[in-house]
Amino acid sequence: MTTFHWVTQLLYVASAVCFVLGLHLMNSPATARRGNQVSTGGMALAIATTFALVVHAGTVTATGWIVMIAGILVGAGAGLYSARTVQMTAMPQLVSLFNAVGGGAAALVAVHDYVRLAGATTGVPESTTIPTILDVLIGAVTFSGSIIAAGKLQGVINAAPVTFRGSRAANIAAAVVGVGGGAYMIAAPSVPVMIIIILAALAFGVTMVMPIGGADMPVVISLLNAFTGTAVAMAGFVIGNWALIIAGALVGASGSILTKLMADAMNRSLRNIMIGGFGTGDSTPAVAGPGGDVRSVAADDAAIQLAYAQKIIIVPGYGLAAAQAQHQVAELAALLEERGAEVSYAIHPVAGRMPGHMNVLLAEANVPYPQLKEMEEINPEFSRADVALVIGANDVTNPAARRVGTAISGMPILDVDQAKSIIVIKRSMGHGYAGIDNELYVNPKTSMLFADAKSALTDLIASVKTLVG
Amino acid sequence: MTAELLTDITIFVLALLVGFEVISKVPATLHTPLMSAANSIHGIILAGAMLIAVTADNALGYILAFVAAAFAAMNVVGGYVVTGRMLKMFRRSRAPVPAADTPAAVNGQRTGGRG
Repeated sequence: MTTFHWVTQLLYVASAVCFVLGLHLMNSPATARRGNQVSTGGMALAIATTFALVVHAGTVTATGWIVMIAGILVGAGAGLYSARTVQMTAMPQLVSLFNAVGGGAAALVAVHDYVRLAGATTGVPESTTIPTILDVLIGAVTFSGSIIAAGKLQGVINAAPVTFRGSRAANIAAAVVGVGGGAYMIAAPSVPVMIIIILAALAFGVTMVMPIGGADMPVVISLLNAFTGTAVAMAGFVIGNWALIIAGALVGASGSILTKLMADAMNRSLRNIMIGGFGTGDSTPAVAGPGGDVRSVAADDAAIQLAYAQKIIIVPGYGLAAAQAQHQVAELAALLEERGAEVSYAIHPVAGRMPGHMNVLLAEANVPYPQLKEMEEINPEFSRADVALVIGANDVTNPAARRVGTAISGMPILDVDQAKSIIVIKRSMGHGYAGIDNELYVNPKTSMLFADAKSALTDLIASVKTLVG
Repeated sequence: MTAELLTDITIFVLALLVGFEVISKVPATLHTPLMSAANSIHGIILAGAMLIAVTADNALGYILAFVAAAFAAMNVVGGYVVTGRMLKMFRRSRAPVPAADTPAAVNGQRTGGRG
């Protein structure tokens, strides 16, 4: 080992330390920003070290330099632009998209190495073949799966569970081809077989995510995030690079833990995600649609109800986020508090689109932490609440989850229906991501304020001020 | 089976354990930023993408090098920027938000003073 290699390996170790410290500092909101900076520093160090390695190798052709630098510039530009312009509400899609390209890049790294070795006279050593197979399989599944997940969240692809005759069989067939092809590659190195297993893995990613409803998408994104980490670690085995192995393993571990936490919060089993048909239940969708009438209410009446309530629980959901109304809700809450009411926010673990997503949005609107209550903490309080104000939340309030045989059966929900009265701000009777009717809306205690969250809240603020101010 | 492979496996297993240990302590409020942060760390694959160029000498190699570098650079740059943007919003108190590049400020949708 030359001095140069010693130094580069030690620099890789230093960047790995930065990644671990960075994640550790994310334990608390106070140090989280510093954590991200430390992690960024580690990444910059790792990239600079790699650059030195590339230069030191001295075998890069002129074309090689051009394609590498052009690729980095194009990718960095696209990443920077999308990260700076994305709305906070569209964050999960973007994370999913970054995840897709990360998984895709991991697979391509192994593809290049395998094609090169398969063409050489020495052949492909077994210690390279196995990680290559794992890398291309996992990377390709992540690539197609993450794109489908992002498409479902963005509304480009039908968010409801999509199944067709034989979709489960197609899923299993893709898995069999992938694993079988991988086994063949161990016995006899073959580039065409590698292409076949990549195609099978891409198909597996699609057939794995398509049958999953949008409401469960956070779990899927988190799982795919762990997949990408693992694929990156495998790429590290293929090219013998410690930085990739360590960082990939860290992400694989973190993604797995997050996935488990999320799945627990939603009472879903991870096994079902992998098998497909996740969250769709095993029967046809329940027919028990809204049996009663929907009562609609004007902003003035809703404002009076709120103004004379002692205890108000606000249930923010995706509709609030989509309308960018987090500032209006904070203003209304402050106004009601001034009148002596007790206001708190009920935060479902997956409110918004990911765990903690709603916390990010309300933090943006300067809502103090102590007012944000988690589900276990707030659920017993609903029965004492005079008014539950549901703003653009749908599936997480649907009492249908308590019965069996619906698309959301078993999902923990906020007990909004226990409140003395309920006001729901919503644009229409449209469905949530689970694609089913919400029984809360036909509850006799519920009044519906049909409007965009932002204009409804602005009207409520004005009405509270003029009518009772 | 080589000695290098054994070292690689050792590193991998230990890193997994460190990952579990470090991450299982993060509070729920930070799960979204955490997912995003973890997402940016696997952008380290950019190092692997750059190393393709070392051995690339034909059209296929160049295409793979370009696409892999573009994908990985998008992952790493986008991931860190978006995580930083999210974390900037976490504050303990009701101190006024500086007119930084929060999306609300960008869109001119900040409602100003509170009641």
